[in-house]
Amino acid sequence: MTAVHAEWTKLRTLPGTGWLLLAAAALTAAVSAIAANSVSCPAGGCQLDPAKVSLTGIYLGQAVVAIVAVTVISGEYSTGMIRLTLAATPRRWRVLAAKAAVVSAVTLATGAVAVLASVLAGGLLLGRHGITAAHGYEALSLGNGPVLRAAAGSVLYLALIALFSVGVAAVVRDSAVAIGVVLALLFLFPILSSVITSPGWHRHLEQLSPMTAGLYIQATTNLRSLPLTPWQGLGVLAAWAAGAMLAGALLLRFRDA
Amino acid sequence: MNVMTPYHSELRVRRDGFTQLLRAEWTKFRTVRGWLIGMAVAMLLIVGLGALTGANSECGIQLGPNSPSLACPAPPTGPGGEWVTDSFYFVRQPLAGNGSITVRVTSLTGLYSTSGGFASDQNPTAGMTPGVQPWSKAGIIVKASTRRGTAYAAMMVTGSHGVRMQWNFTHDVAGLTGKASAASPRWLRLTRSGDTITGYDSADGAHWTRVGVATLVGLPSTAQAGLFAASPGYSVTSRSFGGSSSMGGPTLATAAFDQVGRQGTWPASRWTGEAIQGAFDKALPVSAQGFTQTAGRFTVSGSGDIAPATDSIDVIRHTLAGTFAGLIAVVVIGVMFVTAEYRRGMIRTTFTASPRRGRVLAAKAIVLAAVTFAVGLVATAVTIPLGEHLLHGNGNPIPPVTALTWLQVVAGTAALLAVSAVLGLAVGTLLRRSAGAITAVIVAIVLPYLLAVTPGILPAGVEQWLVRVTPAAAFAVQQSIQHYPQVTQDYTPGNGYFPLAPWAGFAVLCAWAALALTFAVFLLRRRDV
Repeated sequence: MTAVHAEWTKLRTLPGTGWLLLAAAALTAAVSAIAANSVSCPAGGCQLDPAKVSLTGIYLGQAVVAIVAVTVISGEYSTGMIRLTLAATPRRWRVLAAKAAVVSAVTLATGAVAVLASVLAGGLLLGRHGITAAHGYEALSLGNGPVLRAAAGSVLYLALIALFSVGVAAVVRDSAVAIGVVLALLFLFPILSSVITSPGWHRHLEQLSPMTAGLYIQATTNLRSLPLTPWQGLGVLAAWAAGAMLAGALLLRFRDA
Repeated sequence: MNVMTPYHSELRVRRDGFTQLLRAEWTKFRTVRGWLIGMAVAMLLIVGLGALTGANSECGIQLGPNSPSLACPAPPTGPGGEWVTDSFYFVRQPLAGNGSITVRVTSLTGLYSTSGGFASDQNPTAGMTPGVQPWSKAGIIVKASTRRGTAYAAMMVTGSHGVRMQWNFTHDVAGLTGKASAASPRWLRLTRSGDTITGYDSADGAHWTRVGVATLVGLPSTAQAGLFAASPGYSVTSRSFGGSSSMGGPTLATAAFDQVGRQGTWPASRWTGEAIQGAFDKALPVSAQGFTQTAGRFTVSGSGDIAPATDSIDVIRHTLAGTFAGLIAVVVIGVMFVTAEYRRGMIRTTFTASPRRGRVLAAKAIVLAAVTFAVGLVATAVTIPLGEHLLHGNGNPIPPVTALTWLQVVAGTAALLAVSAVLGLAVGTLLRRSAGAITAVIVAIVLPYLLAVTPGILPAGVEQWLVRVTPAAAFAVQQSIQHYPQVTQDYTPGNGYFPLAPWAGFAVLCAWAALALTFAVFLLRRRDV
């Protein structure tokens, strides 16, 4: 618990943290609102997923969350603070666990605000464009099961992205390389799957992609067309996060700091 | 008494020349092992992912349930070297030497299927809806031979684009506007003189206007000339946030002609009707097409299109999918090239040695851009032939591209990587934090592209806008296929068509980089290090 408190103090007193978290929430909500506002659909004639549209901002928000998460680890390596931290808490996995706990907590809080704002804005703006329950679309309210899953799942998605980034940062230590690896793993899978035409490979790449599979959690309509169910998709991202954390913990344990 | 001799450097005192600055930055770059490894990784990622894409993209057709898979056939090649669709109904006679043909078109009607496909080979048009496609076409044509892809020039009426003169697949000139009907017929004329074919149109058969002049190089002395009709495939793409779905099928156009006039050496024999068609063309079966001739009145029904092929995938762009991985690597290096100096305090030494800070940044940008350009050039020049070789081995036909296009893609991709790295350098100077700078640049370049080319994430209007104004516009340099207004097609980034011309898109990225550099120099001068 002391370790968690120490990590919370470190994160809280960094000048950039508050601004970055604010930016994550604001960018998520803003991009979501822009996407919802740009929908043009002639009189209910198109199949669209209101929940997914109103949560588009997660694509951008996740990048900001990744910065915060990566900095929590690699910031200490760049200043040499890590040696002090590990001297104070010699059980190194505890340090990583404390960092992971603090980062996921702030991400969950930020994500909840961002997602709530996005869904509210989405409901308002999509309603103005005629995308309402009255026209046969999923009602965009948190009382609706699939929409609640998409909203809560998006918050969890951001937290898993944060954990994944913490794990990667613990493995590579340098912030520049860590953020590069995180963004490459997020963005490259969908780009590759868009050009690989073999149906089997295409499907496997989508199932393996931390971002594409993870965001299946936002789907509320046409679930049968997805290669995985929403929760399975989020599970893929969780597996990536767990793998990165495990690798990070092992390297932290057996490597000189 | 000991006299201390003060130390004097052996070097002569002189002004800090820009060459020295460049050399200093180059020395810094090449002595950091991580950056050299990073550049090598960038190159390997571009080549490796290109090979991966090529090795796992198969194209095959099966003619029967138990027959082996054959390689996908390549479309015919037009006189300009591009892939073309050449499929229409041709009512022809040989025209020896110079001459002309004149005709009056009194109607153009059509049939299409709202459900896609067609009923059966015996009665293909059963259940089809009347309606003419915007680019359904019928008129007169002079063509080198009946082989697909040979040179031609044609005057035609179209479904909704008025009278056009088209030749050699890629050329298209507008004539009279409006539709052809019995009340308002369209007169068309083609005149051959050597290799030159001139097209005329008229609303009354008395007053003629020249529409265009085509030069068909190597047109044989006896060409095939006559009437034709063609109608391109009907296609509706519905795009939504769930993805895009395409529906459509072949269509039929039927035109009525009369007042056929011929000048020159024509045979006295009857007209020959023939469907020019390939086995895999998007056209109705031959049984649906044909012509009738009664007392100088002709009715010709045809399906298909005489146009450049626009539905093939952009193979070159596909082989370069690894550009994104390489781009992330070079942006990381570009940002670190300056943030590492801030982290280690080296920047103070740098600015003490060379107090004019703007010049330091310029030297860094030049060194970084030169190294990245060289790496990108080698990587793309290796990847494209390798990827094409693998794709060809997997049964994919490889579209022909001109040397100029090839150069545009290779040099453009290398330049794209170089300018992206410089953008990273500039944003790294602005923020002085590597994680934030790298994320900002990668999100600005890769994310808009990803959102624009993946169907179903954003509405079409936003997609187009993203690849116009964000740095992702620069990926237009990788487009090796062309947009033709005379062919109906879903020209979206997802299908490989960018809204901006290749170098205009690249200029957007350059503008962003220049803006960031200017701002970085401004802040460098004002700020403490």
